[in-house]
Amino acid sequence: MSVRHAMLALLSEGPKYGLQLREEFEARTGEVWPLHVGQVYTTLQRLERDGLVESDGTSDEGPQKGFRITSAGEQELARWLRTPPDLSAPPRDELVMKVLVALHVPSVDMHSVIQAHRRYLVELMQQWTRIREDDAGSDLNMSLAVDAELFRLDSVVRWLDAAEARVDRAAADGAMPRTDQPRRRDQAPAPLPRRRREARIRR
Amino acid sequence: MSMLELRGVSKSYGQGSAEVHALHEVSLTADEGAMVAVMGPSGSGKSTLLTIAGTLEEPTTGEVLIAGQPVSKVSGSAKAALRRRVIGYVFQDFNLLPGLTAAENVSLPLELDGLSARKARLAGLRSLERLGLGERAAHYPDQLSGGERQRVAIARAMVGERRLLLADEPSGALDSSNAQVVMRLLHDACKDGGMTAVVVTHDAQLASWADRVVFLRDGRVTDQTSPVPGPESLLTSEPNQ
Repeated sequence: MSVRHAMLALLSEGPKYGLQLREEFEARTGEVWPLHVGQVYTTLQRLERDGLVESDGTSDEGPQKGFRITSAGEQELARWLRTPPDLSAPPRDELVMKVLVALHVPSVDMHSVIQAHRRYLVELMQQWTRIREDDAGSDLNMSLAVDAELFRLDSVVRWLDAAEARVDRAAADGAMPRTDQPRRRDQAPAPLPRRRREARIRR
Repeated sequence: MSMLELRGVSKSYGQGSAEVHALHEVSLTADEGAMVAVMGPSGSGKSTLLTIAGTLEEPTTGEVLIAGQPVSKVSGSAKAALRRRVIGYVFQDFNLLPGLTAAENVSLPLELDGLSARKARLAGLRSLERLGLGERAAHYPDQLSGGERQRVAIARAMVGERRLLLADEPSGALDSSNAQVVMRLLHDACKDGGMTAVVVTHDAQLASWADRVVFLRDGRVTDQTSPVPGPESLLTSEPNQ
């Protein structure tokens, strides 16, 4: 999320002073918007230059200058809210990489690798559930953010469950990668980065 | 004190080449007031573990202790009394009797245990009220939503002086928000109501309500979570960007 759109969102609630914007931005940073506060004033200047906000015209560039959103700013905010972020390329996921790499390491017990990650994820989920339990839905921002985190972690646990079931099936079918003897170079599977690229192209 | 303890419990069915080992040397403790989740894929032995913990089945080897008392040392009638008075069961499909109202369903176990109809009905209503269902007492199961039916089943499992709740996929038939409500109720029953709960589930979001999560695989306990630190450990962490 950009500071630019955070400012437009704050101003969509009504006109605000520079200082107020900075304080509200800071108050929400970390909880909802994990961004740096440093760029607030330069961002406001650029928004004004682009016609997305108006100031009250005082020459003071500091905290007492008032700002309001323009109709172009409202349109820009509405457009941005409805524009899906680019999720077409799979993210570089370290956990997924570790499980894929483990398949090719001789003498690694896949179950213990998968379980180490599963336990860590469930422990994190227990901590988020405590936060949800203490908060009991009184802070909507917080509830939504905690839900998002719980669903995200849950999806990774589900992937681990599915991965483990697949590994079991492959082992039962004798289809696990052979790691007990050296492979000739021409028999080796393509390195992971290349296969990822190919997989992406096929999508 | 531990409310439930399994010591080296194994269970096998069949004999010879047809022998199936459902549980191997499972040890597990649930202290009073604790909520323990047992997580594992289907076929990992979760339900067998629960039926043995609930004295509905006997282990092939090993011992089950309820409130410190070895189950193998108690008579058949004392075991039946444990099941009627101390242990409450919650199942995925609610198991309510369709011809009885919510209140009658909840008070039935007490009546079967010899309590007068009036006392049983009062205890049943109290249990329903604890779960926010006081106004639904006169409704029949088919007049209740899925979430309400499961809450009635939990009220029945907690009615009277029961102290140990054993739940097998208690929210398996519910949508995710009703599932969360059910888990919150089980959690509150432990934290505020002094119950001890063992909840079997394959769902990590539901398991995360528990104080401790025990992982079961091929009938063996393979792992468990560490004690949960306070929420400040997550809330004070720096943002990523």
